[in-house]
Amino acid sequence: MTRISSVFQPGHTALITYITVGYPNIEATLKVVPLLADNGCDIVELGIPFSDPLADGVTIQKASFYALKNGVTTKMCLEISKELSQKVKIPLVFMTYFNPVFCYGLEDFCTACSKSGINGLIIPDLPPDEGSQLEAISRRQGLDLIYLLAPTSTEDRIRLVAERSSGFIYLVSVTGVTGARDGLPSDLDKFVAKVRRAATQPLCVGFGISTPEHASQLAKIADGVIVGSRVIQLMEIDDDFTSVVNFVKELRHALDKSR
Amino acid sequence: MLPDNKGYFGAYGGRFVPETLVPALDELAAAYEEAKVDVSFWAEFDSLSHNYSGRPTPLYLAERLSRHCGGAQIFLKREDLAHTGAHKINNALGQGLLAQRMGKHRIIAETGAGQHGVAAAAVCAMLGLECIIYMGEEDIRRQSLNVFRMKLMGAEVRPVSTGSRTLKDAINEAIRDWVTNVRNSYYLLGSVVGPYPYPSMVRDFQSVIGKETKAQILARCNRLPDYIIACVGGGSNAIGIFYPFLNDENVRLIGVEAAGKGLKTDKHAAPLAAGTIGVLHGAKSYLLQDSSGQIKETHSISAGLDYPGVGPEHSYLKDTGRANYVATDDQEALEGFQLLCSTEGIVPALEPAHAIFYAAKMASSLEKEQIIVVNLSGRGDKDLDIAIEALGLKQ
Repeated sequence: MTRISSVFQPGHTALITYITVGYPNIEATLKVVPLLADNGCDIVELGIPFSDPLADGVTIQKASFYALKNGVTTKMCLEISKELSQKVKIPLVFMTYFNPVFCYGLEDFCTACSKSGINGLIIPDLPPDEGSQLEAISRRQGLDLIYLLAPTSTEDRIRLVAERSSGFIYLVSVTGVTGARDGLPSDLDKFVAKVRRAATQPLCVGFGISTPEHASQLAKIADGVIVGSRVIQLMEIDDDFTSVVNFVKELRHALDKSR
Repeated sequence: MLPDNKGYFGAYGGRFVPETLVPALDELAAAYEEAKVDVSFWAEFDSLSHNYSGRPTPLYLAERLSRHCGGAQIFLKREDLAHTGAHKINNALGQGLLAQRMGKHRIIAETGAGQHGVAAAAVCAMLGLECIIYMGEEDIRRQSLNVFRMKLMGAEVRPVSTGSRTLKDAINEAIRDWVTNVRNSYYLLGSVVGPYPYPSMVRDFQSVIGKETKAQILARCNRLPDYIIACVGGGSNAIGIFYPFLNDENVRLIGVEAAGKGLKTDKHAAPLAAGTIGVLHGAKSYLLQDSSGQIKETHSISAGLDYPGVGPEHSYLKDTGRANYVATDDQEALEGFQLLCSTEGIVPALEPAHAIFYAAKMASSLEKEQIIVVNLSGRGDKDLDIAIEALGLKQ
């Protein structure tokens, strides 16, 4: 059992939050992650910004743009994760696109991740069809490579991801990019059930999850919820992150109450 | 036969896309494989290529240009005479027919210079399909005539204000639209870039250029050319003319990238001449990136070449040495532009003006019996404002 999979316990729905490293600035990243951990998050996704985030909506596009403007590099993200992993007890995963990883060198990147307290990787533009090499290397370094499934995924693809994903499976709630949305798609429970029949991994739902109501609904069907864009929007509101902390508490409460 | 079944040309290509799009790409690849062996599909493509696009385009011996250079004979493959003014119509037509066959009525496209956008808009109008075109704000500014043409033909042009506000960002936004509307939309990608099957499918539709060129030069000169020269942005006109000659080893293939303000500056768009290997827009290929793998902003006087990546098959041809890639800067492209105007009465687009300059320079060092074919991939009406300003001809 990896550190990530140990998060998923019976009777507990995991809360996973995403932030872009270096947005609005590096101090904010160092400050907010311990707050997330202390207020009910089970895993934090640290986004390594990429210049061309084609799976992301406007909020994370903007955060990536400014993070890069702030001079954030992959190396800096590794240093920050090292520092954070000493401060918090929850698992940390990197979420980024394939090119920064490829450019760093797969072997070097995974080694550095492992030394920096990273427990897993989510790379939205790396489907399992292209992932064999990184999968082998990340496994050697004790990192989970978490694959994604989408509402468009066929039975064959669900089986493929069920065979290959480690840690959990990331279910993309909608056909679309990341970003806060008003409602959840009506057929989400069917999608989760379909994957459940083929997979033994925990199933976490992300993209568009932005309210405690969403979290309540998902607690009934999924093993974890992933919230990104809304967290980033709330980080913009106040310097001491009161809004984010309150939001995370509400999510935690909604998840715990709904089980 | 390349690509292999995973869409790789050697080490390049593949399918680095969000999971949401993988089933759509599978569906597209299957539909294309089916169409590829369907005689009626190609009969319709050929018929419309002839009657709508005006193919075959002429292969013209540019005698005054050749004499001016004082060396090899320079032939021009006149894609500028194709309907909508560039080679882009070949691919737009092929994919438009495929979309129709797949029952997809909402077409998404991106455009840089606007030539692919205009071609896509034209084909959609002709086939009765809805057409949404993403175009960077910077390109909208510098290619306003093409924006107007697209709108006249019923397309919706959506400005893209992210990143460098050029072709790269328009592709990002088109992909985001496709991810969102994947079930009812067809993404009509305009170059030999992107995830499999686009690089090979677009190549196949564009290879009509090379097939015609081969037949025309054999009929006229009874031999193959010594050199084929084409400009390379994403690389569709170049692959289109190169591909049917790949096995003719005595025909040397030269791709001309945009050196912008110089390869030693940061302001160019020449990933093959000065880039490194990476993954952008779904494929592994040469690209312009910094030491952290962030995609660099590019510059070229021609919007159509202003792109940090290049089709994966070109990366493969570079590594195998089957094709050579060079770069021509903004000033040289303007010289090529003026040279063709004044010697032949042909106004080329700024994209092929890069190839014209290189061909003219090269011709002067060759023998009279030698033959160069330049792919004149588009006409220059769209570039007149830029040329007037750059050449200081404003009255």
